[in-house]
Amino acid sequence: MHAPAIETENLTKEYPHGFLNLKKKTSLEGLNMQVDEGEIFGFIGPNGAGKTTAIKLLMRLIFPTAGSARILGKPISDIEMHRDVGYLPEQPFFYDYLTAEELLDYFARIHDLTASDRKERVQQMLKKVGLETAGKIQLRKYSKGMLQRVGMAQAILHDPKVVILDEPMSGLDPVGRREVRDIILALKREGKTVMFSTHILSDAEMLCDRVGVIVGGKLRGVGAPEQLVDVKTQSMEIFFELTGQSTAPLLAKATRTGDRYRLQVPEAELYGAIEQVRAAGARILSVTPVRATLEEFFMNLVGADGAQAAAVEVSGK
Amino acid sequence: MKRAGVVALNTFREAVRDRVLYNLLFFALVMMAASIIAGQISIGIEQTVIVTLGLSAISLIGLLISVFIGVGLVSKEMDKRTLYALLAKPVRRWEFLLGKFGGLVLTLAVNTAAMGLGLFLALMYAKQTLERGDATVFVAVYFIWLKLALVVALALLFSCFTTPLLAILFTAGVYIVGLYVQELRNMPMQVMSPGMTAFTKWLSYLLPNFENFNIMAMAAHSRQVPGKLIVQNTLYTAIYCAIVLTGAILVFSRRNLK
Ligand SMILES: Nc1ncnc2c1ncn2[C@@H]1O[C@H](COP(=O)(O)OP(=O)(O)O)[C@@H](O)[C@H]1O
Ligand SMILES: [Mg+2]
Repeated sequence: MHAPAIETENLTKEYPHGFLNLKKKTSLEGLNMQVDEGEIFGFIGPNGAGKTTAIKLLMRLIFPTAGSARILGKPISDIEMHRDVGYLPEQPFFYDYLTAEELLDYFARIHDLTASDRKERVQQMLKKVGLETAGKIQLRKYSKGMLQRVGMAQAILHDPKVVILDEPMSGLDPVGRREVRDIILALKREGKTVMFSTHILSDAEMLCDRVGVIVGGKLRGVGAPEQLVDVKTQSMEIFFELTGQSTAPLLAKATRTGDRYRLQVPEAELYGAIEQVRAAGARILSVTPVRATLEEFFMNLVGADGAQAAAVEVSGK
Repeated sequence: MKRAGVVALNTFREAVRDRVLYNLLFFALVMMAASIIAGQISIGIEQTVIVTLGLSAISLIGLLISVFIGVGLVSKEMDKRTLYALLAKPVRRWEFLLGKFGGLVLTLAVNTAAMGLGLFLALMYAKQTLERGDATVFVAVYFIWLKLALVVALALLFSCFTTPLLAILFTAGVYIVGLYVQELRNMPMQVMSPGMTAFTKWLSYLLPNFENFNIMAMAAHSRQVPGKLIVQNTLYTAIYCAIVLTGAILVFSRRNLK
């Protein structure tokens, strides 16, 4: 058995605050988590959940109140191990007096790449993130989305084994998001381990082998995303067309726009409802699961009693 | 250590691309020109006027750069979060700090050397002759640079544990007191309580002593500087900087980036 790519043990961060710093705010509480080699792991939770805190702890940007973490089997204090790690900070910002090329070259020097390697890698990375024509522009002229791309480029510049991305899709347009998804999937194909945080559930669903759900500084569950989807699918929507009048009782519950209706029913009653709608002479246009929004989903978790929390706590480990 | 060099070169590049620097250099040139004119109307003491004005300008501009850019070296990177991506790479925090320090000290070296050369040319223009003692101007500029390195180290230390504004005030405060350390030591001890005497004495050795770095009078009269003083000042700066930077590293290595 290999050591997990990333492993945390009781990782805890408290921030003192208030009068004379007497009060303590726990941003991350006893995080125990493992990310296996070669998997894409999604770290999901609403804003303020503690995702960034956990990632900054892993990157030694802040220091834990308690607990420890290992990456590639080595303690995170081991500086040499960080050669094999790439990191994209949340809302990245870089030296605005440098061009993208200069910035990447600077970071490549920090990684001890040789002059010819540097040149090649920098151009490769710019191309990969779609900035090949913007390489010679100073970063002060970059938009937020472009900075996010530069951030992505510097995270994978040195061909790391483990890539940790904090909200990699934020600030990007739909095209940019898809490009980031492609990059992440390409990394997986190359055998890299990717851990990324997001508050957008669909991003995690699309990419991740496993996700960890964090709310209020606590890890609430780890598992495959499909299992999470199950939890949050609560009802189904039938979308149909019906000309003329009908007295079917179910129709009273539907929302109507012209001849088209939308009807929400619990999943268990779906087939019964479809029968009734058809009996009324309607033409069914679509049936789609109605997903609780992420907020609803997380709200459930926050307010969760044991049963609900357990529902998310699916097999995984 | 190699990484500290990489950081230093980038810091130098940042300074070179900063417009503020050029404004200050322009101001320095204006001062030199003014000193030539002032020298011409003060017959007999023109060398004194040119050298005093010139060295004061070099020192003042250097101090402005050291304090303001020095305090911003680390704090600006923390505020703008440019530090995050860098410190997650295989760079130790002390390497980063030393690189930042080295980069600004390098910038100051280029700056003061350029201004020193300007002053020397202004002096030559006014005197129209050259004697051996004239090289003292360069030693004076070297001492100014040493002093500036020390100020940068202090600015860096303060910026590691307090707000930029306070760090600027502390650095300026320590610098000003450092100019009068000799007076502090020579205070009439008999009028003070024994506790006060001990405190003053202790303080006068803790604070940087900038007294020996001022050789304006020697330069104004083209007197040669004893080699011993050059060695002494160089060693003093090196040791003092090492101590201050060690303090800064100890603080910064434990610091949580917000
Ligand atoms: N430097 C800090 N000082 C005090 N509290 C902080 C600090 N950084 C983060 N927090 C708090 O920790 C909690 C978790 O924040 P964060 O990890 O950024 O959440 P996420 O990335 O999941 O949105 C938040 O409530 C935030 O206010
Ligand atoms: Mg965050």
